[in-house]
Amino acid sequence: MATKQTKTLATFMVAPSVIMLFLWMIVPLCMTIYFSTLRYNLLDPGNEAFVGLENYIYFLTDPDFFTALGNTLILVGSVLFITVVGGVLLAILLDQPFFGQGIARLMVIAPFFVMPTVSALIWKNLLMNPVSGFFAYLAKLVGVEPIDWLGDHALLSIIILVAWQWLPFATLILLTAVGSLDGERKEAAEMDGAGPISLFYYIILPHLARAITVVILIETIFLLSIFAEIFVTTGGGPGLDTTNIAFLVYSQALLQFDIGGASAGGIVAVILANIVAIFLVRMVGKNLDA
Amino acid sequence: MARHITTQRKILVTGGAWLAAFIIFFPVLWMFLTSFKSELDAFSQPPSFLFFEWTTENYATVLERSDYFRFALNSVWLSLGSTALGLLVAVPAAWGMAFSPTKHTRGTLLWMLSTKMMPPVGVLIPIYLIFRDWGLLDTRFGLICILFLMNLPIIIWMLYTYFKDIPMDILEAARMDGATLGKEILYVLMPMAIPGIASTVLLNIILSWNEAFWTLNLTTIDAAPLTAFIASYSSPEGLFWAKLSAASTMAIAPIIILGWFSQKQLVRGLTFGAVK
Repeated sequence: MATKQTKTLATFMVAPSVIMLFLWMIVPLCMTIYFSTLRYNLLDPGNEAFVGLENYIYFLTDPDFFTALGNTLILVGSVLFITVVGGVLLAILLDQPFFGQGIARLMVIAPFFVMPTVSALIWKNLLMNPVSGFFAYLAKLVGVEPIDWLGDHALLSIIILVAWQWLPFATLILLTAVGSLDGERKEAAEMDGAGPISLFYYIILPHLARAITVVILIETIFLLSIFAEIFVTTGGGPGLDTTNIAFLVYSQALLQFDIGGASAGGIVAVILANIVAIFLVRMVGKNLDA
Repeated sequence: MARHITTQRKILVTGGAWLAAFIIFFPVLWMFLTSFKSELDAFSQPPSFLFFEWTTENYATVLERSDYFRFALNSVWLSLGSTALGLLVAVPAAWGMAFSPTKHTRGTLLWMLSTKMMPPVGVLIPIYLIFRDWGLLDTRFGLICILFLMNLPIIIWMLYTYFKDIPMDILEAARMDGATLGKEILYVLMPMAIPGIASTVLLNIILSWNEAFWTLNLTTIDAAPLTAFIASYSSPEGLFWAKLSAASTMAIAPIIILGWFSQKQLVRGLTFGAVK
């Protein structure tokens, strides 16, 4: 079957994708690296000059960078924590037989399909508005002062919003994994007198370990680049309270037109993402051999 | 011995699960309800849940805005265009790698996956400058290319995991029966590959429809899809909650429905086959 002829044919079939992906990623990336060594501002054309690592030094010693890095880590970490813990619990709950299981599952995964700009504006206005929002109504209902969510607790609000978007993803993946758990093993453990808590610790959690890792890695990739949610709700503010690395690079490039500095920031973002990516690629690679 | 589930426990689980589902779904539901309120009712405190005067005027108003259809049409164009282009390039690639793997196949697949790890801000500046210089800013063609390339690794991976599941023995059998390569592909492989291709198409449409980094950064008016249209409500039109809700409902409805139909396949595509 796999003659030399078919192998050559296969190479020709794969080649276009490889070439296109190469052009799409490697070439712009090299350009970003090149720009990052230049003094290059769109408002000051004709004055481009090689400055070596100056942009990096400038970017990495800028207090804004550390604020943005801190915000990025807090955002990613908190959302991961909420979605993984919530996702595991929800997956176990929704895996039990109950009335209307199908519809309840659909309701839980729905937020994942809502486009980011819609989620962001619905939360910002309909829910979190301090005067007419639904949360303000709930606050008044229990007799506390309504909270100005995006004004006073901007980063927390973004975390809640993003966690709401990604909880369905974690639940969906983990639900698939829980579903593949062998019922007989659960039964055997129960007959041996395992309570629900030890059942969870010794049977369910180890079975989910792999899916949880996948959820963490994939979410991290996407969460490091959260942009639209910040863009339409807070615009990075108040101050720099909700500026993450992605938004910082965007504002440096397209609002301040500092191509050199923004490129250096972009490369820093790439390095951060790659640290995560190495683990994910390795895990998926293992799966490929199996 | 079958597991015995008491009715009491089932009722308890039903209550808990429905409560959780309701809380998570609430923002979508609230948006849906608000889209049928008058602007005055949308702001009222305490809010009315079901007993307000239901009206469809918000939908009418949004649809009357001459530009709504252009944004919607752009969304359709972008997602269908990038999907078609993606299939054209990815089907042969996945096919080749699944049916005649070489010693490079594994490395190629992982390299493709790794390109997906690149944060878009890492290439935003060169892409933006190239688009500006080549006159591609705010064109559908430019954005279709970006969305196509962005999702290409996912499409190839997803198709690859599906094609790999097609048993090779069946090809041998067909060949024994005297089928030519063309007939083999048409009558044996294609029918088995169609479900995988269909779910790949669904996932790609969903991802392109909701993409909101490149669509916000590379478009202004002409090629702007619904993500950008909704973003334009952020201010000062954000004051019109009922209209925002109506526009949002229309923007997300097709994708929620598609998504609901393809949950299982999504898991496979989104985890690169690591969770099935």
